[in-house]
Amino acid sequence: MSDARQNYLSAGDTVKSWLLTTDHKRIGILFLLSILFFFSIAAAAAALMRLELLHPQGHLVVPDTYNKLFTIHGVLMVWFFLIPSIPSVLGNFLVPLMIGARDVAFPRLNLLSWYLFLTGGFFAFHAVILGGVDTGWTFYTPYSSAYSNSHVVEMALGIFIAGFGSILTGLNFIITIQTMRAPGLTWFRLPLFVWSMFATSIILVLATPVLAITLLLMGVERVWGIGLFNPKLGGDPVLFQHLFWFYSHPAVYIMILPGMGVVSEVITCFARKQIFGYKFVAFSSVAIAIIGFLVWGHHMFVSTQSLYAGLTFSLLSFLVAIPSAIKVFNWTATLYRGSISFEAPMLYIIGFIGLFVVGGLTGLFLATLAVDVHVHGTYFVVAHFHYIMVGGMVTAFMGGLHYWWPKMTGRLYPRRLAQVAAIILFIGFNLTFFPQFILGYLGMPRRVHDYAPEFQFYNVCSTCGAAILGLGYLLPLLYFVWSLRYGQKAADNPWQATGLEWKTTSPPPKHNFEVIPVVTEDPYNYPPLNDYGEHEHA
Amino acid sequence: MPEANPTVAEQFDDRQQQRDAATLGMWTFLATEVLFFGGLFLAYTVYRHFYYDDFGAGSKRTDLVFGTTNSVILITSSLSVALAVRAANLNNLKSTLRWLVVTLLLAASFLVIKGFEYHKDIASNLVPGPNFTPTLPLHAQTFFWLYWAMTGLHAVHVMVGMSVLTAITLLVWRQRNLPAKRTTIELAGLYWHFVDIVWLFLYPLLYLVNRHS
Amino acid sequence: MNVPFFPPEASSLAPETDHLYFFLLGLSLFVMVFVFVPLTFFLFKYRRGRRANRAALNLPTNRIEITWTVIPTLISLGIFGAGASVYFKEEVPPQHYLDVNVIGKQWMWKIQHQEGNSEINELHVPVNQAIKLTLGSEDVIHSFFIPAFRLKQDVVPGRFATEWFQPTRTGTYRFYCSEYCGMDHAKMEGFVYVMPAAEYKQWLEQAPPRNTLAQSGEKLYRILGCSGCHDGQTLVHAPPMEGLYGALVPLGDGTTVRADETYLRASILQPASHTVAGYQPVMPAYQGRVSEEQLMELIAYIKSVAHSEPLKKP
Repeated sequence: MSDARQNYLSAGDTVKSWLLTTDHKRIGILFLLSILFFFSIAAAAAALMRLELLHPQGHLVVPDTYNKLFTIHGVLMVWFFLIPSIPSVLGNFLVPLMIGARDVAFPRLNLLSWYLFLTGGFFAFHAVILGGVDTGWTFYTPYSSAYSNSHVVEMALGIFIAGFGSILTGLNFIITIQTMRAPGLTWFRLPLFVWSMFATSIILVLATPVLAITLLLMGVERVWGIGLFNPKLGGDPVLFQHLFWFYSHPAVYIMILPGMGVVSEVITCFARKQIFGYKFVAFSSVAIAIIGFLVWGHHMFVSTQSLYAGLTFSLLSFLVAIPSAIKVFNWTATLYRGSISFEAPMLYIIGFIGLFVVGGLTGLFLATLAVDVHVHGTYFVVAHFHYIMVGGMVTAFMGGLHYWWPKMTGRLYPRRLAQVAAIILFIGFNLTFFPQFILGYLGMPRRVHDYAPEFQFYNVCSTCGAAILGLGYLLPLLYFVWSLRYGQKAADNPWQATGLEWKTTSPPPKHNFEVIPVVTEDPYNYPPLNDYGEHEHA
Repeated sequence: MPEANPTVAEQFDDRQQQRDAATLGMWTFLATEVLFFGGLFLAYTVYRHFYYDDFGAGSKRTDLVFGTTNSVILITSSLSVALAVRAANLNNLKSTLRWLVVTLLLAASFLVIKGFEYHKDIASNLVPGPNFTPTLPLHAQTFFWLYWAMTGLHAVHVMVGMSVLTAITLLVWRQRNLPAKRTTIELAGLYWHFVDIVWLFLYPLLYLVNRHS
Repeated sequence: MNVPFFPPEASSLAPETDHLYFFLLGLSLFVMVFVFVPLTFFLFKYRRGRRANRAALNLPTNRIEITWTVIPTLISLGIFGAGASVYFKEEVPPQHYLDVNVIGKQWMWKIQHQEGNSEINELHVPVNQAIKLTLGSEDVIHSFFIPAFRLKQDVVPGRFATEWFQPTRTGTYRFYCSEYCGMDHAKMEGFVYVMPAAEYKQWLEQAPPRNTLAQSGEKLYRILGCSGCHDGQTLVHAPPMEGLYGALVPLGDGTTVRADETYLRASILQPASHTVAGYQPVMPAYQGRVSEEQLMELIAYIKSVAHSEPLKKP
């Protein structure tokens, strides 16, 4: 696979050396393969849903099956794909390299994280095989704890266990970044990807335990008929919502912050320039993490929570948008007087900025109380979060994979095909989800398999877009696999980027660096540019 | 390449970095535990606000003798584990082992007394569900649900703490390499203090509040 | 083919919601121009190989950052305020309204008018009058959503929810359940029929003779044994229902509460938690013994005697 030198991929090729590895890079690869599995199932569920929605009174699947499809899609995408994606794949692979360390602080805990993910995933998958769950990924009580006839407990168990895996990942990153930076690597010399991973890890560590206890309590209520959330037992269904969203809102920042970190890395490399406003971008990640804990009630404006709670959460939700806006402005300003090339990673990142701006702005619509009263529970919300999650997060993940693929595998992928795939993804995505904003304001509710006939046009557009989007995901899968065997071998630093990870071989050796580097410069210290965008030779 | 020092894991530069990492790791883990229990404390706060009288009625049925005895035992075990940590820092093997064993004995007694208490609670029909005693109002069931959930989760943490302390005691006794285990003992002691502090919140909330209304 | 683009505005507050929506749309377009135009321009102008001045500039970074932090913050606060003010109007009904009860249960809506008319998955209302819905659920969380009125309200089991609107245009408008509630959630939909006042009166009268909601409630009041203690002529010391609705009630724990629907509901289901000052907690709990519909009927009866005097004891 690689050259004569030993690297982390060739150091031991038994199954055991992979399954018992404590090498953060191998663990990153193991996570990549695992999340791909769950992504495929969740994507297949989405495909079936979109096919059903071609007709207002579709009969592709019975109602019960449709309800299970959207639940499985949500659960698997959120907890078994999005949450682990950048942190457990790119984060695991890159954070020690980026800070000049030999591994994370607790390599065995890192491996345990993967096994917890797999165990949780096994229970979730098993619940799917046995017939699935039909509560929606939000598990609202008392439907989930007293009325649903599906495999709620096993699915909740799977999420519970996988959650502990993500807590350990976050814990590992916090300690690693805090204590194991290379000599000279002060906080303000860190790459912004590391800042965003640090902020993400704070959320992982503090929010996930609340999800754990909430699912546990819901499960106990379901199994033993005693509890806190069923009004027939003296409980309060809205308390469940508060506890659930206290985790699940910060969770969306777990999903997006790492993506934003990737954007900062890619945009500086392909504009050949220092980032504009480094400290502001760094601190905005922390601000998003903190304020993100204070806005959960914006999912509950019509839940019978008090008027004053609604006011408070609305105000805070506007404030949480500001740091994200700052990032977007800074990224755009970074391009000024840069030297821009349009390699695949850059195309994904440009797509990210476009789609994230739309997603973020529609978040303002949802933060506005009176507007949310109308569009809550409709396809407007579905469109909003898919713009952020898929248009933002997954696009950034794809961009990151394309950027660091040569480093991780030592191989290059076909350049033109990758650029084409990025454009296909962008077009397919917009065609799928933009019509859903219109559907939402018209009043089409979420989680319905049948709808009013006048909504059909937009649903058909959306399904066509989904087919194109699917192609946009399939192509990279194919050429990435192809590249492992037939791709051109990659140099140590094929993009001529700054960053410690590029100062070692592609792929890196098992211990990352022959000699631990000493850092003396700011990050993104690209040399000055001449009028044609080439670096001046000093 | 790192020095071939058997007590420093290869990802760390030196012992100090390893120690810093382990310490920060334990504190971070304790933060997650606070959030984990936090959901239950929130539920308690909310329901007590709404059903103050029913909670008072439920609280009266908890066993003050068992509860108070267990509180004293647990606080004393925090003292003994602190003494074990101190002994380890002073490199006194026998004293360290002695105090660790005292801690384990106290922890075991906590669990045994808890067992008797649970047995009595079950016999008194204080388990929510169809067999719940009709002499208490509806939301006293909510109180007892929280009682069982919170003390049960706490007991699980006591057991985890005991397992960790037992493992450390055995390792120290067999390897007799106390300096290598100082940080481990200290951090296990930290975890034990956390388990104790959770109880110090549970005890007044479940046993003392509104008892004499 | 009918391809609508925008829902009809059929309530007094729908235009206000739409104004907010259009403002946000305009703001979004402005922001997109503010970001995408420079973005595209830079991608074009500073493309590698293209001749352009790339000499590093010493820009006042901090001042720029502060500017594009403060301005969006101020704009956000403005939008927040505007959204909140319309929300207030949505949440607080006017003084005078028509009461209609709505019960959601898997997977249908039952609507009950005070006059006794009931309908399933249909809601007839007069135009240009404020209507206040009191909503209850028999089982799980539902949500009553009328897009043409730009309104929805989750219906949570274990409590009442309220939703008010004033229809401004006659016509037929869809309503949906917008909180997933199980297998046939998608089928839990219906139509609102907004009619001129005279037609509405006719519609009410054309139904076969039936008890009003208050009359049904009074029947229940006797069947369930409430009158046995609460009637003025009994020997049991229990608070009278006459004059109760809307009054301030002193409770045994020293607090005072207004006797609204929520209080009445809680007092019927769990009376021991809300003992009135000067009375013993002897009333049996009706939790699990009355349905949401029956609760609404009882409350309608209690409201109907709000201005009566209690019968004197013999």
